[in-house]
Amino acid sequence: MKITNLLRELLFPVIAVLVAFVVGGVIVWIIGDDPFEVYGLLLGSALTWPDGIGYTLFYATPLIFTGLAVAVAFRCGLLNIGAEGQLYVAAFATAWVAIKFGGAVFTPAAGAPINYAWASLPAVLLVPLAVLAAVLVGAAWGAIPGWLKARFGAHEVITTIMLNFIAVALISYFTQYYYKAPGDPIMQSVPVGAAAHLPRLGDFIPGLPSRIPVNIAFLLAILACALVYVFLWRTKWGYEIRATGANPSAAEYGGISVRKQIVLAMAVSGGLAGMVGINEVLGYRHLYYHEFSASYGFTGIAVALLGRNHPVGVFIAAILFGILLRGGIFVDAFSEHVTKDLVEVLQALVILFVAVGVNYRWMSNKFSLLRRSKV
Amino acid sequence: MTEILNIGLLFSAIRLATPLLLAALGGMFSERSGVINIALEGLMLAGAFTAAAVTYYAGSPWVGLVAAVAAGAAVAGIHAVACIRYKADQVVSGTAINILLTGVPALLSGAFFLSSGSTPQIPKENLIAWTPIFIAFALVPLSYYALYYTPFGLRLRAVGENPEAADAAGVSVRLLRYTGVILSGALAGIGGAYLSIGQSSLFTRNMSAGRGFIALAALIFGKWRPVQTMLACLLFGLTEALAIQLQGVPIGGEEIPNQFIQIIPYVLTIVVLAGFIGTSRAPRALGIPYQKEK
Repeated sequence: MKITNLLRELLFPVIAVLVAFVVGGVIVWIIGDDPFEVYGLLLGSALTWPDGIGYTLFYATPLIFTGLAVAVAFRCGLLNIGAEGQLYVAAFATAWVAIKFGGAVFTPAAGAPINYAWASLPAVLLVPLAVLAAVLVGAAWGAIPGWLKARFGAHEVITTIMLNFIAVALISYFTQYYYKAPGDPIMQSVPVGAAAHLPRLGDFIPGLPSRIPVNIAFLLAILACALVYVFLWRTKWGYEIRATGANPSAAEYGGISVRKQIVLAMAVSGGLAGMVGINEVLGYRHLYYHEFSASYGFTGIAVALLGRNHPVGVFIAAILFGILLRGGIFVDAFSEHVTKDLVEVLQALVILFVAVGVNYRWMSNKFSLLRRSKV
Repeated sequence: MTEILNIGLLFSAIRLATPLLLAALGGMFSERSGVINIALEGLMLAGAFTAAAVTYYAGSPWVGLVAAVAAGAAVAGIHAVACIRYKADQVVSGTAINILLTGVPALLSGAFFLSSGSTPQIPKENLIAWTPIFIAFALVPLSYYALYYTPFGLRLRAVGENPEAADAAGVSVRLLRYTGVILSGALAGIGGAYLSIGQSSLFTRNMSAGRGFIALAALIFGKWRPVQTMLACLLFGLTEALAIQLQGVPIGGEEIPNQFIQIIPYVLTIVVLAGFIGTSRAPRALGIPYQKEK
């Protein structure tokens, strides 16, 4: 890539973020707080050690996964808004495996212990099994809209949004009727078996207390970035996905089955989104807590766009949003008028400005098989 | 079972369909002109918040309603500028607007009302429970007429099907698309206003709860035509009413879990999109930013 192109690619997300912060600052000023003070609090509280950085990395972990998910889909020319639903079904699946095979026994306040498990596997078997469940179920839930698009031309934006709602409802059903502890007013499953608990980074890193929930899943996220890079730029399948995204008709002419790529890309995307469940269920709550996602799926879109659909960019963008999430809590508590919704507003502004900036140069391919259909 | 299928259910369905219908008709004008409008959800929220806040201060729901229309139109204006002037990806822009409107009302209500996202309760005299329903259903024949029997409607449709030809014939593609999008904001704003000052008495965070997306689904289900869209909205309203009624009521001895009824609109939409219920053909130029040839 030429140096000027590269510089423009890198500079442009930075500009989008800066403009978003400026507009956000104006909104803060309208509400009656000092923008500089608010931003100082926002960024400052996220960069302290150990709490700031620890929590920032913890909040960034699910965003890395969803950012990668959306990025891979974008590389194929698809917009995966279904990461939210994919991560929910995957999180439930991983909890299910960790309950069923982890020897989960729950003792209600009054009564005999209830055995929810079929087996009690050791951690070395249970954890990989649970991880695999998350990835496969997420991939399956992602493959559905992929197939609907490839086979029927149904637009993936609408189908994924619908499937998000369906996922939440279905999982709510299973949790409520089968896996909720009797008498528990909270919509959550029983705790998973102890063998499925992921160690926290605080257990290994001196100076990082174990009370901070950042765990092995963060390392898994870094690994996922590397794997996505290798997949997209060093394998045949990745090449085909990128070719399909760049110019579907040329790809088809060159012998690539565009339909297959759509399903594959959506499946990979869903699998990546599903890995959020590993962080949440195995590494943090140790149970399935219904609707735990703080819009990780939608934020993933912002992360992918800002990171220009590249694993390195996604990682950096996810850290940025992790900083915003962490800082947002402090801003909420310590500033007079501003609440942590400011973070959401900043997110939305970033997406908007990136969307506006990108398409200045895009030419739409009129003969594309992936022409936006039926939305 | 038959006790449920009564006239009360029908009224419920109509009430629940009203916000969907308003948003869906708005979406129709936008999408018929060629601009995808995923932002119906956010536009409804804009209308809902503005209606509640302004009604609280002004004491009159009519002022609130007008303000809601203005707010919806303004937010839609952002979407319009991003998509038409800057040719941004319409779906991404719409998503951004949705996220924006989950955050901004909460911020503003935190600032003005010192609450965590809701507006204060509005006294009963100041609610408009019936007018939006009339507006919504009156708009069906009105938009049918406008779309198919006026020059405006013809040009709007032309711009959505074949903007190059329309441009060659002297029609301003840009102007019509702006009109379509801003109109969608105005109508969705009314839909949102009905949620906050018609169906309830305040605004709560994210109170549209996905209705904007269901409205979009109804629009697709209704093949982007006014009367079919209305029927689709009524169907979705009916399923929502049923879901409320059937909570805890056994059917054939078994209680149907609420979640299964809740997913009916979503499943139906997918079925429609997959083409199982007739072909649903979108306006041909939908989603493609118009590039004027030099």
